Amino acid sequence: MLATIGKRLLTVIPTLIGVVIVTFLLTRVLPGDPAVYFAGPAATPDSIAEIRKGLGLDKPLPEQFIRYVGDLAHGNFGNSLSTGRPVATEIASRLPASAELTLLGLIVSLAIAVPLGILAAVKQGSWIDHTCRVVATAGVSLPVFFTGLLLVYAFYFQLGWAPAPLGRLDAFASAPPNITGLYLIDSLVTGQFETFRSALSQLILPVVTLAIFSLAPIARMTRASMLAVLASEFVRTARASGLDTRTVIITYAFRNAMLPVVTTLGMVFSFLLGANVLVEKVFAWPGIGSYAVEALLQSDFAPVQGFVLTMAVLYVALNLVIDILYRVIDPRVRLEG
Amino acid sequence: MKRRDFLKSATALAAGTAISTPAIFSAEAQSRKETLLLVSESGPNNLDIHGVGTNRPGYEASWNCYDRLITHATKTLPDGTLSYDRDKFVPELAEDMNVGDMSVTFKLKKGAKFQDGTPVTAKDVKWSFDRAVSVGGFPVVQMKAGSLEKPEQFVAVDDNTFRVDFLKKNRLTIPDLAVIVPGIYNSGLLKSKATEKDKWALEYTKSNTAGSGAYKVTSWKPGVEVVYERNDAWIGGKLPELKKVIWRTIPSGGNRRALMERGDADISFDLPAKDFVEMKKEGKLKLVSNTIGNGMYSLELNVKNPPFNNEKVRQAIAYALPYQKIIDAAMFGHAKPLFGGPSNSVSTIDWPQATGYKTDLAMAKKLMAESGAGPIESTISFDLGDAVNSEPMAVLIQEALGQIGIKLAINKVPGANWRSEMAKKSMPMMVNFFSGWLDYPEYFFFWCYSKLNAVFNTPSYVDPAMDAFIDGAYAAAAIGDKEKYATDVKGFISKAYTDVPRVPIFQPYLNVAMQKNISGYQYWFHRQVDYRKLVKG
Repeated sequence: MLATIGKRLLTVIPTLIGVVIVTFLLTRVLPGDPAVYFAGPAATPDSIAEIRKGLGLDKPLPEQFIRYVGDLAHGNFGNSLSTGRPVATEIASRLPASAELTLLGLIVSLAIAVPLGILAAVKQGSWIDHTCRVVATAGVSLPVFFTGLLLVYAFYFQLGWAPAPLGRLDAFASAPPNITGLYLIDSLVTGQFETFRSALSQLILPVVTLAIFSLAPIARMTRASMLAVLASEFVRTARASGLDTRTVIITYAFRNAMLPVVTTLGMVFSFLLGANVLVEKVFAWPGIGSYAVEALLQSDFAPVQGFVLTMAVLYVALNLVIDILYRVIDPRVRLEG
Repeated sequence: MKRRDFLKSATALAAGTAISTPAIFSAEAQSRKETLLLVSESGPNNLDIHGVGTNRPGYEASWNCYDRLITHATKTLPDGTLSYDRDKFVPELAEDMNVGDMSVTFKLKKGAKFQDGTPVTAKDVKWSFDRAVSVGGFPVVQMKAGSLEKPEQFVAVDDNTFRVDFLKKNRLTIPDLAVIVPGIYNSGLLKSKATEKDKWALEYTKSNTAGSGAYKVTSWKPGVEVVYERNDAWIGGKLPELKKVIWRTIPSGGNRRALMERGDADISFDLPAKDFVEMKKEGKLKLVSNTIGNGMYSLELNVKNPPFNNEKVRQAIAYALPYQKIIDAAMFGHAKPLFGGPSNSVSTIDWPQATGYKTDLAMAKKLMAESGAGPIESTISFDLGDAVNSEPMAVLIQEALGQIGIKLAINKVPGANWRSEMAKKSMPMMVNFFSGWLDYPEYFFFWCYSKLNAVFNTPSYVDPAMDAFIDGAYAAAAIGDKEKYATDVKGFISKAYTDVPRVPIFQPYLNVAMQKNISGYQYWFHRQVDYRKLVKG
């Protein structure tokens, strides 16, 4: 097992080298000149040239690249011009915010989508099947920013049940000490229940927004793969042998139907982590997606490169975890290097 | 049904947490009274205006955390709102200003201390001014506008006395000492933070404040919030009422509005015209708006290249623009018109003032026929970062110019590229906004119409007669020759309106919403919030 994981990790290296080169080149060919942007109002050609020199952008591309790779080797992702901080620090503080939101969203979504999918498959054509279809279609066809704004409008603005959409914490609450970066865990570990409640209440609306959106692929995939498995011979055999429905569905059918669900889950998770920019914008969530998009809009190279690189590493890690999960779920699956 | 159940339980949970909120509130009610919660679309990228590429919100941090030698007095405008007084200076860190023929001498207030307790001396002032003219980029350009260019100009006479020698007479020198850039930095502290590569300690001031100002930043999370606390030892003015200011970045405009209307935020700064007009109508909040001084939205035409190098074509365009429609549809009626004046030969030195143009299609068609230009195909560009205002304007202009035979394609330029596109000076036609900090007409013309051909002179308009007027006005202002000054100012405005490389459309407003218990808000030329005079309760 360890050897195969090691082998898998080795194959990651060329991917990462490719990502480094491509992101470097892509950010350089982007239209827009950071020196002009950051020279600010009332810039003269001289002041622009000074800034360009200060940023090291007057050097030839290969030299810039060598410097970039050298910095990377020392764990230095460079400095973000738009927030003025080292990219590594920024990503380290923003990734947990996105992760906390995405993970919770996914858990909520799973808790609804999987039972819904199973029920829809078992009682195909019944009202619950139709509900599943309607919920899935609605969830996927409502744009996230719309769902988000709608929830804010209803539960904060009209009803006043939800807290103000001010980001991870109420303006007057203070952040828990940084242990994992996940506020829920950090505040529990240090016993700051007030902070825990504040963080949790801030999380509810964005989490529901994400859950509604990610419900569809998971529910539909669960239903489809359950249907396929329920029609197979071993299920018929199990039923014929007189096993009770619960055992047949949960123990035999569902376990076999889980593989495609796990694949979908991995995809949905990695997609949400990077792509929930809109949810982050609506809820003023200091996540990694909005950070990258803002940097891109300002021709701020370093964070974009740092973001792509981080996401690439995450994807690779996630794929590895999913492959291992496959083996746990289905011992017949072989991990190939 | 599952989903509905879930939503129900989720809202019940939300309700549960909300019910307990008042408990926190009462415990912190006192501190909330002395704390201001400010929301805006974006936050600073640097706390120091001297930094590389500090954005506009960064100026706000600099303004509130550093003192300048002098600042502007406050005046009440005819509509009852407060504004800085362009012509009246009051001491901030200096207690006395003595303007001589070729120099100005300041006596520093005794007992002024930096936030770490070290006293403020003339050496700190000298070091700060040297820094402002040496770090490059925007601060240097801004200092130059007041003819403040060389470290040799700045002399620390003794611990308490500081002198600025003039390179030449320039009326803008004294006003330029009251802008954000020449703040006073703690030189002792910053010298200890300086490194070989960073001798002005820009790295340190990027995320720390090192001034003697009324506030200091105690926590800054980029893109999330800035927390300020009052400096109780401040002697630059009356001690502010607010002990703490929390400035949160809320990107969604709808949510900023919801936060205000629910009473959760105290001030929402720089509202779009639409929100301003609607919120004002609802009457739940206090809404203040001031025209942005020395600023205008205009349609800018590249005079270097055909077809807009043809003056008749430009004048035809100036007569074809749907001015009133733009104000009504793009700005919801909330803008000050800069058209429909009596004549393009102006009779006052007011700036900005209305042109003699108004929508007159017959006149526009006549001018087009006289110009000899055939049917024209071109593009109109605008900054996507300002799409709220610029996009509807571009669409309306496209439609109107179609009627006089000018076919336009719309070119949306992403915010990051806008400056570099402007610098290339290749866009034939664009909707653009410019405003100058120093509220003097010659300052606007220096940037937008002079031979300097700065980034803001997007039409690439250079004309010796125009330069003679601009230089004349500068020279006349420096020696106080009011008559000559007025002639030259009227001269350059009239010439700009007749040659019309840029067609003025309207002067926008700076809009702010606040809760009814907030007072003391004042308009500043730098268009950022000054916390020092704000009062809550």
